[in-house]
Amino acid sequence: MRRALSIGLPLATFAAIAAAWEILAVYGGFPPKLVPGLGVIVETFFRLAGNGILLAATVATLYRLVAGFLFAAMIGVVVGIAMGRRQWIEDTLLPLVTFFYPIPGLAYAPLFVLWFGLGDFPTILLVGISSCFTVIINTWKGVKTVKPVWLRSAQVMGAQDRQMFWRVVVPGALPYILVGLRLGLAQAWRLLIAVEMLMSVQRGLGWLIFGAQTFLNTDVMLASIATIGMIGILLERQLFTRIERLTVVRWGMVTA
Amino acid sequence: MKKGFSAIAFARGLAGVVVLLVVWEGFARSGMYSTAMTPPIESVARTAWRMLADGSLVENALATLLRVFIGLAISFAIAVPLGVLMARYWVAERIFQPVLSVLLPIPSLAWVPLFVLWFGIGNIATILVVIYAAFFPMVYSVWTGVRAVNPLWLRAATVMGADEAMLFRKVIWPGSLPYVINGLRLSFGRAWIGVIGGELLASPQLGLGEIIFNAKEFLEAGVMLSTLVGIGAIGVLFERFVFQAIESVTVRRWGMDSGSSA
Repeated sequence: MRRALSIGLPLATFAAIAAAWEILAVYGGFPPKLVPGLGVIVETFFRLAGNGILLAATVATLYRLVAGFLFAAMIGVVVGIAMGRRQWIEDTLLPLVTFFYPIPGLAYAPLFVLWFGLGDFPTILLVGISSCFTVIINTWKGVKTVKPVWLRSAQVMGAQDRQMFWRVVVPGALPYILVGLRLGLAQAWRLLIAVEMLMSVQRGLGWLIFGAQTFLNTDVMLASIATIGMIGILLERQLFTRIERLTVVRWGMVTA
Repeated sequence: MKKGFSAIAFARGLAGVVVLLVVWEGFARSGMYSTAMTPPIESVARTAWRMLADGSLVENALATLLRVFIGLAISFAIAVPLGVLMARYWVAERIFQPVLSVLLPIPSLAWVPLFVLWFGIGNIATILVVIYAAFFPMVYSVWTGVRAVNPLWLRAATVMGADEAMLFRKVIWPGSLPYVINGLRLSFGRAWIGVIGGELLASPQLGLGEIIFNAKEFLEAGVMLSTLVGIGAIGVLFERFVFQAIESVTVRRWGMDSGSSA
């Protein structure tokens, strides 16, 4: 009974939402351009998926995401570790990091348009810069929480600086670094979709939504939003859960 | 982890800020870009002062904050009861949780063009974005918080004759408050990003995002930079002062701050 309900209830909810939408679309008296029926939305989704428009937009968006995120990850991990290991670097950079960290990346977008024009380069740069602070802060915290006992025992056992770094500091800080990377990627993803709307890039999921607004293509917008949601789930559930399982969970540092 | 005031740390921090400003100033005066696009510090400061003095910065910041508060209030009015229901009743969890997990990974700003199409440009679309952005951290925090209330407390209170209403007021609500406040904090962070994005894309009248957007049209980089600093400062102000104050008069006074219980 409980098992049947646990599958049946969610299905019933989605069915109810779908039915409510359909009733609103058919009997609500709204223009069908603005509130298209479910059939139209599904059809549009498969049309866009079939003729490659969704795929091209997804590839373009993912390319920007990967480029921006790699930038953020490299800068973030390097700066974060440097701050965690050397007191003077921490003292110098911490005020700047704490100042820039809470400014929403999107607020820079018009400024970046002014400086670098429209297109891919400012989009990637903006996404990279504004998501690197999350990585910096988490990496720094992670290095700070490496147990001094581990450092001292490695030293006593004769570890060189380099061994100490790769065998003790990096693995010790990895749970935090991975959290930082995961949060950074999620932030980069949310930001990228919005930035694409302001930067009028060539192709992309955010741009697809924004462009569809001009032609009142509500069905295209909803199909793009659905695609964005699916990619978001994949990024979160698949990518990082796997990396964590292969590293920190296997080493017994955190439980899955 | 917190150390006392250290003169050397302060000097180094100051040096970092000064280096950044000097690099900016050199860049601004080098003539690589026109000074309209990369204004020198003095001109940014003058712009910032002018915007503060004529009240336009304050007026726009208040408009933005008003949108955030309206959005947060509506968001909480939905999220708190929903989170409690989901944590207390298994059927409610099964009904709503799948819907939430489908909507959660969609960035709030992806909805803006659709909201604009449905409700026109302006306040409604912007506030809807705030509601959406603030909703998920809140509902998940309440849900987790209510489930994290020690079952022993619940049973003890029930045995002593508390009814459902009293149980909620005296046990569940205070017990889950550390999580709720943490949710509030996360929600504010999300809402703050959402409102700026909403103002950039849905162009309501007034607002910090609106200043930045308009300044782009007139190539006023000084106005944009001043507003950016204002946006950052308000964000820090809320994080550092408002939320820490709320925490210290509630959960920390009761001896259950989230650091020790979560």
